[in-house]
This record gives sequence, C-alpha cells and structure tokens, in this order.
Amino acid sequence: MFAYLVKRLLQAIAVMLAISLIAFAIQGNLGDPLRELLGQSVSEEVRQQLREDLGLNDPFLVQYWRFLGSALQGDLGTSYFFKEPALEVILKKLPATMELVFGATIIIIGLSVPLGIYTAIRPNSILSRAIMAISIIGISIPVFLTAILMIYFFSVELGWMPSFGRGETVHIIGSWDTNFLTVDGWAHIIMPSIALSSIMLPMFIRLIRAEMMEVMQSEYVRFARAKGIAPGRIYFVHALKNTLLPVITVGGVQIGTMVAYTILTETVFSWPGMGSMFLEAVNRVDTPLIVAYLIVVGFIFVVTNTIVDLIYGLVNPTVKLARMGA
Amino acid sequence: MTDQTAENPVIAIRRPSRLREFWASNIAYSFRRNPVAIVSMAIFLLITGVAFCAPLIAPFDPYDPAQIDILNSEYPPFWVYGALPEFSLGTDDQGRDLLSTILYGTRLSIIIGVCAVAVQAFLGISIGLISGYVGGRTDSVLMRLADIQLSFSTLMVAIIFLALTQALFGSEIFSRYAVVFLIAVIGVAEWPQYARTVRATVLAEKKKEYVDSARVLGFGPGRIMLRHILPNSLSPIFVISTVQVANAIISEASLSFLGLGMPPSQPSLGSLISSGFDYILSGSWWITVIPGAVLVTLVLVINLLGDWTRDVLNPKLYKG
Repeated sequence: MFAYLVKRLLQAIAVMLAISLIAFAIQGNLGDPLRELLGQSVSEEVRQQLREDLGLNDPFLVQYWRFLGSALQGDLGTSYFFKEPALEVILKKLPATMELVFGATIIIIGLSVPLGIYTAIRPNSILSRAIMAISIIGISIPVFLTAILMIYFFSVELGWMPSFGRGETVHIIGSWDTNFLTVDGWAHIIMPSIALSSIMLPMFIRLIRAEMMEVMQSEYVRFARAKGIAPGRIYFVHALKNTLLPVITVGGVQIGTMVAYTILTETVFSWPGMGSMFLEAVNRVDTPLIVAYLIVVGFIFVVTNTIVDLIYGLVNPTVKLARMGA
Repeated sequence: MTDQTAENPVIAIRRPSRLREFWASNIAYSFRRNPVAIVSMAIFLLITGVAFCAPLIAPFDPYDPAQIDILNSEYPPFWVYGALPEFSLGTDDQGRDLLSTILYGTRLSIIIGVCAVAVQAFLGISIGLISGYVGGRTDSVLMRLADIQLSFSTLMVAIIFLALTQALFGSEIFSRYAVVFLIAVIGVAEWPQYARTVRATVLAEKKKEYVDSARVLGFGPGRIMLRHILPNSLSPIFVISTVQVANAIISEASLSFLGLGMPPSQPSLGSLISSGFDYILSGSWWITVIPGAVLVTLVLVINLLGDWTRDVLNPKLYKG
C-alpha cells in the first residue's frame, strides 16, 4: 500500500508540474507585461532596461524555475485588472463556487442513491420506468439550457425566484460568505444548484441502477437471500457497499466536470464565482489571473483524483493488488 | 488440384442479398421489435435529412446579409399574436428567419459532433490497438496518459483551450476557424474513451486462435491489428460512438453558449440559444426555446439509439 501511495503522489506531482509548465508558457505568450506596467508612451531604452530588470531576457528554463519558486510560495502574479495578487482574487471567489458545487452535490447524493436503488430493485414498476425515462431526458438537456429554462419559467413567467447573483449572504470567516444562513441566500442558490446537478443526477441514477442490478445477480447476494436475511438489509448493507465502489471512481472524475459546469451555471445566473471570473479574465486578457485560475483548477482536479484513487485502493483490495503490480 | 466448383455444387446456390441478410439478422430483428428505437431512428433521420437539405428547403439564407433586415428582429412564431406570415417560427435578434437559422445551425452542430467523434475514434482506436497489441511498457505509459487525460473533464480542457486560443489570436481570426478549433479540441480531449474500450477488446481478442494462426502465417503486426483484430472489435466501438456523438453535440453547444465556439454570424444551435438568452428577460422566449427544443430532441434520440445499440450489441460494456 505504501508503494502505491508514493507512486500515486509522484504521478500527482508530475501532472502538477506539467500544468505549471503549460501555465508558464501561456504567461510568456499571452499579452505583454511591459505594456501593462508602463503603458504605450515609454521609450525603447526604458523598455529594454525594464525587460532586463524583470528578467524577461533570461533563458526559458531560468524563468520557469523562478516562476515555479514563486508559485510554490503562493505568488502567481498580480492581476492587471484588479491590481491585487491573482491568487487572492481567486480565493475570494472560491467560496461562492464551492457553495454551488456543495449544493449540487447534496442534491445528487440525496436523490441518486435512493432513486438508483429503487429502480434497480423494482425495474418494472411504473415509477421506475418514469424515473428512467426522465433521467434519459435529463442527460440530453445541456446544463446551460436547464438553467435558462428555469430562469424563464420561475423568474420571468412566474416571478417566484431571483434570477441572478447571490443575494443576501452571511460573513463567516476570511473571504467565506455563506448563502445557507438566510432565506434570501437559499432562494438564490436553489436554482443554480439544481441546474448544476441536472445532468449529473440522471447519470448517477443510471450508474447506481446498473451497478446495483449487477450486484443483485451475484452469488453472495443470492446466498444472503437463501439464508433468509431481510431484504432491506441485503439491499442496503450487502449490495450497496459493492455498488458504491465504481460510483466513487466515477464521482471523482465528475467533481472535475462539475467545476467546468460551474462556468456555465455561473454565467447564466451571474453568480459571482471563479467560473464567471475566468471568462471575464479571458475577455480582458488578464494573463496573471488566467494563469492562476489554470493552476488552481488543475490543483483541484489533481487533488480530488488522487484522493479518490487512494480511497478506491483502500476499499477495494483486488484493484489495489492489480495496480500495485502495474 | 482440380477445379473445385465442379465438385462442389453447394456453391452454386445463390447467397441471399446483403439487404435480405441484414433484415434477417439479430440487430434488425430487435430493431423491428422496439418501438422506441424505430421512432428515435425516424426522428433522427428526419432531423439530419432536413438539416442537410437546409440550402434547398430553408425559406431564407441566414448567411446572406441581403436577406436580413434588422427591422424584422424579434417577430414571434406563427401561433403567437403579432407574427408575420413569412417567418413561420419567428425571427431572432438580428432579424434572421428562425426556421432557416435553426436548419443551418442544426447542420453545423451535427457536422461538428460527427467530425469530432471521428477524430476521437481515429486517435483512440489507433492508440488502443497499439496499447493492447504491443503491451508491456508502451501499454502502461499510454494507459497512464489516458487516465490523466480522463481525470480532466473534457469541457474544462475545451473551455481553457478555446479561451486561450481566442485571447491569443483575437476573436476575428478565431471565429473564422471556430469549426476547426471545436472539432480539434472535442476530438482530442475524448480519445481515452475509445482507447480504453479498444484496448480491452484487443486484450480479449489477442488470445484467440485466429490471431495465432495469422501470426503463424507470417503476417505483420500492422496487418493483424487492422485486418484481423479491428473488425472483431467493432461492436463496442459502435456502441460508444452513438453516446460520444450525443456528448460532442452537447459540448459544442455548451462551448458556443459561452462564446467560445461558433460566432453569432454563423450560428450553431448553441450560439443561437446563447444569443436568445439576452432577450429572454424581455419576453422573446422563442429565440432560445425553439433551438433548445431541437437540440434536446436531437441529443435525446441519439441517446435512445445509443441505449438500444448497447442493449443489442454489448449489454455489459457501458454503464451510466
């Protein structure tokens, strides 16, 4: 297990290095830092002097090494637009995005497990058929369209729900303001969360159903039945455990996908998170902010995937052995 | 060796035609018995057929500035009060006939989706074949790369890549080559799906006797991979392809919605929905809702067909 852990961590570091290299290459080629610092009306000599002072004439690897050093100390440059450290700008926006992801995750877990189990146990009931029919429609509607249609029906036509922003928030600590402590905050976060979960929820229902049906066919479940164990215990204790293994791996990848979908939901609902910030940064060619976003999001992806792989290795001994050999 | 046909009268019996053979096959049988598959196939053929005949049947040409009048903008579809008879589904924010724009847009969405999947399939099948057949170190390196690529969501990779390309080249050049960029990025980001599936089937096929006999006959690895193993691995490839096309169309729409795909001057369904979004608060719902309905119907029937092919060809392959 220890060897696997080390191997997995090394891979995570290698991927992070690759991401930082890409980010650095972008920084060097996108926009001109001198123009941002000096403006247009400066003589060529001053320009060259500053290039030399900033180390922009150094060899590529030397510059990359410097970039890596300051990145490790949390310095990812200063945003051209906000005139603040880029990492700070992102960390300020992070809680809004994370609350959205959290809301959607609660909806997904809360609904997909019971619905997935139910449709697996009673595949032929009318309710199961309805759930499966709705879920294939759900998979076919892009997240942004769900969001737009919800705004149209509940905000424009019915006027029940607010259509943009976070509404009233409560300050917790640092840059973390939460939506979950006021009624207005809840009203604002409900539609974006549902929209964000709208494509993943049906996917998880289908996944859990398929896995559960497969497990229900297996020998040990049949044996448990023959022993006369209560059906409820078989479903939730015996079968569910093995169903959740593949769900964990898919879930890990989907957390990353969810971060991508936040860009869509945040754009539609004008949610002040880091997804909409990224698109604005791209429109303003705010290179340091783009680079910082890239590194932060890459970091989130690598960390979640590493953790998920490690958990999977811990709970599933067969995979652990196979992977350790590989 | 004498003339074999003379000794073997069985060969003289005519084989049934290809069409008849297909009609009698398992696939065709299950298709005929499955109303959902039949309806989905009919709708799919209808949408693609109409979309590809767009230049012939569309009442207007949305790419021709002479036919667009900004004064015609935001007319509602025919069943809503205030509609103009010549614009059956109304007009969009620029005064283009919505029906014609949707037809052209659907064609564009389908082309991008199918081409992107063709790129995925080409990359994924080549890598999967090599990885499974060669094995060893090559295999573990390629599959590790696939793992890493898969751990980054396609949409995220595509958003970042397209956003950077747009910032780098400026939106002028970007929108001229948007189709190419979209196909390339959706195509490259999803290759592991194919590579993994193909590798898994290659590993199973490799052990079979026909591969051994081909090797004994002295065929090279390239020939064995392409002419012997690949034809036997086609059904899982076919199964994931349908789902991948549906996903690619959704990805394209999402990217265009964010302004990272097709420009408003040559809209796909996604960019059409996006341009309508600015007007939905003022009540012009049709610019968003009608193309949205077309998009959902298209993706839905492809997904339903995908479910059906999976059940017929390979019930265990694809979950979720």
